[in-house]
Amino acid sequence: MQALLTIARAIDRFTEFVGKSVMWLILVAVLVSAINAIIRKLFNMSSNAWLELQWYLYGAAFMLAAANTLSRNEHIRIDIFYASRSRKTQNWIDLFGHLFFLLPFVALMTWMLVPYMLDAIRTGQISTNAGGLLIWPARAILLAGFVLLLLQALAEIVKKIAVIQGLIEDPHSFVTAQEAAERESKAMAEALLTAGKDKA
Amino acid sequence: MLELIAQDMAPIMFASLMIFLLLGYPVAFSLAANGLVFFAIGVWLAPMSEGTITLDWPLLFTMPQRLWGVISSDTLLAIPFFTFMGIILEKSGLAEDLLDTVGQLFGPIRGGLAYAVILVGALLAATTGVVAASVIAMGLISLPIMLRYGYDRRIATGVIAASGTLAQIIPPSLVLIVLADQLGRSVGDMYKGALIPGLILVGLYMGYVFLISLLRPKWVPALPIEVRTLGNGVTSLLVALSALMALGYATHIALIERVGPNADILGAVIGVLGVYAYTVADRVFKLNTMSRLAQQVVIVLIPPLALIFLVLGTIFIGLATPTEAGAMGALGALLLALFKGRLTYKVTEQALAATTRLSSFVMFVLIGARVFSLTFYGVNGHIWVEHLLTSVPGGVIGFMIVVNIILFVLGCFLDFFEIAFIIVPLLVPAAEALGIDLIWLGVIIGMNLQTSFLTPPFGFALFYLRSVAAKLPYTDRLTNARIAPVETGQIYAGAVAFIGVQVVMIIAVIAYPQMVMHYKGKVIDGASVTITLPALPSLGGGLPQLGAPQLGAPQLGAPVIQPPVLNPPVIKP
Repeated sequence: MQALLTIARAIDRFTEFVGKSVMWLILVAVLVSAINAIIRKLFNMSSNAWLELQWYLYGAAFMLAAANTLSRNEHIRIDIFYASRSRKTQNWIDLFGHLFFLLPFVALMTWMLVPYMLDAIRTGQISTNAGGLLIWPARAILLAGFVLLLLQALAEIVKKIAVIQGLIEDPHSFVTAQEAAERESKAMAEALLTAGKDKA
Repeated sequence: MLELIAQDMAPIMFASLMIFLLLGYPVAFSLAANGLVFFAIGVWLAPMSEGTITLDWPLLFTMPQRLWGVISSDTLLAIPFFTFMGIILEKSGLAEDLLDTVGQLFGPIRGGLAYAVILVGALLAATTGVVAASVIAMGLISLPIMLRYGYDRRIATGVIAASGTLAQIIPPSLVLIVLADQLGRSVGDMYKGALIPGLILVGLYMGYVFLISLLRPKWVPALPIEVRTLGNGVTSLLVALSALMALGYATHIALIERVGPNADILGAVIGVLGVYAYTVADRVFKLNTMSRLAQQVVIVLIPPLALIFLVLGTIFIGLATPTEAGAMGALGALLLALFKGRLTYKVTEQALAATTRLSSFVMFVLIGARVFSLTFYGVNGHIWVEHLLTSVPGGVIGFMIVVNIILFVLGCFLDFFEIAFIIVPLLVPAAEALGIDLIWLGVIIGMNLQTSFLTPPFGFALFYLRSVAAKLPYTDRLTNARIAPVETGQIYAGAVAFIGVQVVMIIAVIAYPQMVMHYKGKVIDGASVTITLPALPSLGGGLPQLGAPQLGAPQLGAPVIQPPVLNPPVIKP
C-alpha cells in the first residue's frame, strides 16, 4: 500500500504541475483572440490558423487541468443527499464512483482516442478550413487529457482506500456550497480590508 | 418482460440518471457512466425493442468525434474569456468604487441606497457577471450602511440578493452563452434578446423600491446629507451630463453623412470620451471647474461603461463575435486593473486558476452530457420527451407553464450548468414542433434559472449574503449604536418579494414575446412598441433626474441600434 501511495502522490504532483502550467494558456488565448480581432477589423486580414489556435489553447487548458480539478475535488456534484451523509458514507460513495463511474469512462475514452490520434498523424490531416492547422495536436490534447484523468482516477482510488483504512488524512474533504460561500466571503472581506488600509 | 423494458428504455434511463446524479458523485462522470451503462443494455436489448432502440457498437466509436465537437466549439470559447474578464474586474475593486460613489450620489434620496444597489448590480452584471462577487461586495459594503440608517432588513437583504442575480440574465452572462450553445442559436442573438427583458427587470426592481418608499417610507429612509463625504455638486454633474449629450449629438450630426447609421454610436463614444478627458484634466490640473462629486462619478462610472460598450456594443453592431468581444473585454479589464495599480502577478494567477477550474468542470459536464445524449437519443429519448411536452394541453402557453414549473423545481437543487446541458437540449424538439422561437425560450429559461438563485433554502445568492451578513450583534463604528444580527429568516423573507417580481417578469416575457423578438431586427410598426414598455413608468416622479435612464444611456447602445419591433406573433390562438 505504501508503494502505491507513493505513486499516487507522484501522480498528484505531476497533474498539479500540469494544471498550474496550462492555466497560462488561457491568457495566451485571450491575447491571441483580442489581437486577431483587432487586426481583422483594422487591416481586414483574417487567418483560420489564428482562430483555430484559440480553441487549441483553450482545449489544452481545460482538458489538461481536468485531472488536477479532480484531485482537488472541484468537479461539481449535486450535494443534496451527499452533503447530509457522514464523511464515512461520502468516502464510500466516492470510491464506488471512482471505480464504476469514472474509471470505465476514462479508460474507454483513452482506448478510443489512441487510434483516433494516430490516424490523424499517419494521414497528416489538416483542418478543412483554408489555412487551418494540423489536426493531430488537438487530438493529442484530447488523448493527453484522458490519460491524465486515467492516472488521476487510479491515484484517487488508492488514496480513497487509504483514507477508508485510516492510513492517511483526508486530503481534500468535501466542502458544502454554504462552506464554500463562507470561505469566499471571508477572503473577499479580507481583500477589502487590506485595500481600505492601502487607501488610508 | 424484457420486451417491455426494451420499449420503455427512455423513461427508465432518465429515472436512473436522477438516481445516479443524486448519489452525489461528480456530475460529469455520473452522466457519462449512465450513458455507457445504458448503451450496453441498449445494444443487448435492441433486437427486442421493435425499432425503438437504434444502438449498436460502431455508434459508440463516434465518441471521439463528439469530443472533437466539444473542444472545437467557437461559442464555448467565450466562457473562459468572460469569466476571466469578470474575475479581473472583481479583483480590481470595481464593485467597491461603484457602490461607494453611486451610494453617495443617491443616498440622500428616500430609498436611494436601494436604487444604488440595484443600479450597481446591473452595472456589475454587465461587466463582472459573477453573482457571488456582486452579492458579497454589496453585503460587505452596502448592507452595514443600510442597517446603520435603519433600512428594513427584509428590503435591504432582498435588494442585495436580487441585484446580485442580475448577472445571470444581463449580457454577457455565462448562462446565456451556454443556453445559446445548447439551443443551437447565436450568442449575439441571445444577448440582444435578453437585453430588454433584463433592463425591464431592473426597472421593476426599482419600481418595487419606489412603491415601498411611498407606502412604507420608514423602511427605506433617506440618508442624512452629511453622509456624502464627496460633498454636494449635483449641478456640475448635470452640466457634465448635458455637455456629454451635446457633444455626442454634435458628433452625430457631423458624422451622419459619412458613416451612416453607426453615427449615433460614434457620437456617444466621442461624447463620453470628451467628458471623461475633461474630468481627468480637471482633476489633474486642479482647474476646480467641477465639484468633487461630479468628478468622482464621471471617473468611476465611465471606465466600466466604456468596457460595457467595448463588449456589448461591438457585438450588437456586428463588429465582433461574442468570443472576440469577450477576449477584448478581458484585455480591457487587464488594462483597467493595470491603470488602477491593482494588476499584480498574484491577481492574474488567481484569476487564471479560477477561470481554468470553472472551464474544466463546465466542459466536462458538457462532455458527460454528450455521452449521455448519445445513448438517450439512441433509445428514442428525445421522441419520448417531445411526446410528453407536446401532449400538454394549451399548446405554446401550456408548454411554457409546464417547462417553467419543471425548471423552477429543478433549479432549486440542480446547478444551472446541469440544467442547461441535460434538460435544455431535450426541450428543443418539442419547442420547434410548437413553433416556439428558441431565443425567446432561452431568455425565459435564463430568467427562470436566475430566480433559482433567490429561492430559499438553496438559492446561491442567499448563501453568499448569509455568509457576509452579521450573525452576531455588533457596534456600528460610526454611530456606536448596537446593531442586531441579520436573521436567516429575514433574508428569506426579503427574497420572497423579489421572487414575486421575477415571476411577474417571466409571465410578462411570455405574454409579450416582442420584448425578445426584436433581436430579428425586422420593423413592422412603431405603435405596437408601446406595449412592451409598461413596466417602467413607476420610475418617473420620485426619482431625481439622475435616475436610470441617463445613467443607462451611454451603456445601452442596443435599444438605439435595434429599432424595437414586433414580429409575427408566435403564440397561436
